[in-house]
Amino acid sequence: MARTFMKGSEAVAEAAVRAGCRFFAGYPITPQNEVPEYFARRLPEVDGVFVQGESEVASINMVYGAASAGVRSMTSSSSPGVSLKSEGISYCAAARIPMVYCNFQRGGPGVGAIQPAQQDYLQATKASGNGGFEMMVLAPSTVQEAVDLTYKAFDLADRDRNPVLLLADGVIATVMEPVELPEMKSDEEVQKIRDSKYSWACVGHKLDYANRSWIQPGQWDTVKMQKENEIAEELYKSWEKDVMVEEYEVDDAEIVIASYGISARIAKSAVEILRKEGIKVGLIRPITVHPFPYKSFENLDYSRVKTILDVEMSIPAQMIQDVELGVKGRCPIETCLVSGGNIISREAIIDKVRALVGKEA
Amino acid sequence: METNLCVAGFGGQGVMTLGKFLASATCDSTDKNVTFFPSYGAEQRGGTANCFVVISDDMIGAPLGDVMDDLIVMNGASLHKFLPTVKEGGRLFINSSIVDEKEIDRKDIQVVSAPVTELALEMGNAKVLNVIMLGVYIGYTEVIDPEIVWNTVEHKLSKKPKLLPLNKQAFEKGLEIGRSFR
Repeated sequence: MARTFMKGSEAVAEAAVRAGCRFFAGYPITPQNEVPEYFARRLPEVDGVFVQGESEVASINMVYGAASAGVRSMTSSSSPGVSLKSEGISYCAAARIPMVYCNFQRGGPGVGAIQPAQQDYLQATKASGNGGFEMMVLAPSTVQEAVDLTYKAFDLADRDRNPVLLLADGVIATVMEPVELPEMKSDEEVQKIRDSKYSWACVGHKLDYANRSWIQPGQWDTVKMQKENEIAEELYKSWEKDVMVEEYEVDDAEIVIASYGISARIAKSAVEILRKEGIKVGLIRPITVHPFPYKSFENLDYSRVKTILDVEMSIPAQMIQDVELGVKGRCPIETCLVSGGNIISREAIIDKVRALVGKEA
Repeated sequence: METNLCVAGFGGQGVMTLGKFLASATCDSTDKNVTFFPSYGAEQRGGTANCFVVISDDMIGAPLGDVMDDLIVMNGASLHKFLPTVKEGGRLFINSSIVDEKEIDRKDIQVVSAPVTELALEMGNAKVLNVIMLGVYIGYTEVIDPEIVWNTVEHKLSKKPKLLPLNKQAFEKGLEIGRSFR
């Protein structure tokens, strides 16, 4: 297939359009301004609708509305913008509305630094809004993976009637790489997807009270609310089958790096270099950070694995909490971290691993 | 085989465009992996701008390497900032119109200098300095076939055909200078 040289944020937007996304509302924020910019140009070409909302809150609620009408819909932002959207995200989860959104993470709390970071892991995976809902969270480490996961995210969202989050960073947003784009869904296919939501979405029903669609973010009745939460829990538990993880050079590894997204990509190249030095090091890279691949850590042979090295662009480390749940205290967990918008260096990872095995360069 | 290149200069000198032309040409013409990573932030014209291009036969780990094989600097500030990142035996390309060669305090690298600001002004348009420098880089390194690079430039400028002859002249001039240093 032909390769196209594309910027990550534009490639994500194109992948969404090809997946049948026909509505995007967003509000500008660095480092993902090219996402709305691309949609603004592209969606009118496919009879879709682009809206630059007056705010993040307005944008997510427009997505809530459009997705309630059965249209594949999307929004995108960066850390503080995502926080502003958290109310609407929670409403989508409560009403079981399928939609896709992206967070190109920033370097800290508040306005953060605008440079690449991974400071929103816990927010993304544990509580992206009030009410204890969960979402599948997909974490690409290359532009190609961002494209593939965006395309897949719409299917997962529709399958589960639940929001899906693409958790990326400023490198994925701004880097240009060759990509192979997925197939463009035809107008007929896009219509068919919308028609398939007739049972619940506001796609134009007859005036019939009993069979009308009813989008409701929460319940007044306590019994009904508990029931909804129980149904949601069943869904969340079912995701164990959807875990995606890359295990690289793990089979004989004595040091296993745990890392996701952009830092995992850099860590993987560190593993390649260290392997050439004869150091037995491997990498476990969660692609779904929620559901988290606990089994990959549970199943390690701890008579062989001496140390887990958690590599993140976050201080304090965040994913380490999930790693600990898999490791269960069976070996020490060390960290190699940067934060604040600094990109982790391959040399830093290599030096840390060398130090762990007591080997100088 | 992996080549890490940093291109740095003033905002407005076209350093991003230079990097992007090179990276696009690599994508178009080879099956190598390539990344183009721009610095971003509160950038402004006259401020500093830089980008990183990685070209590799294998998977690319860091789009922003720790050590540079090649460095192109278009102004003095960039020389001071990035010279220490160049590996031993690495290649440095300077805009000698405004970068003082005497300030290069390393003997372990190859230096290619071209007065691209002056050359661009002589051609009647200061903006083509980046295309001259692209030519210098390609002429010296032969990292990609010059014809393929030119095809990419031509394609990118297809909406402004009036600019093509000038850019062609600029690119050819650069190639000539680059080759003369080989």
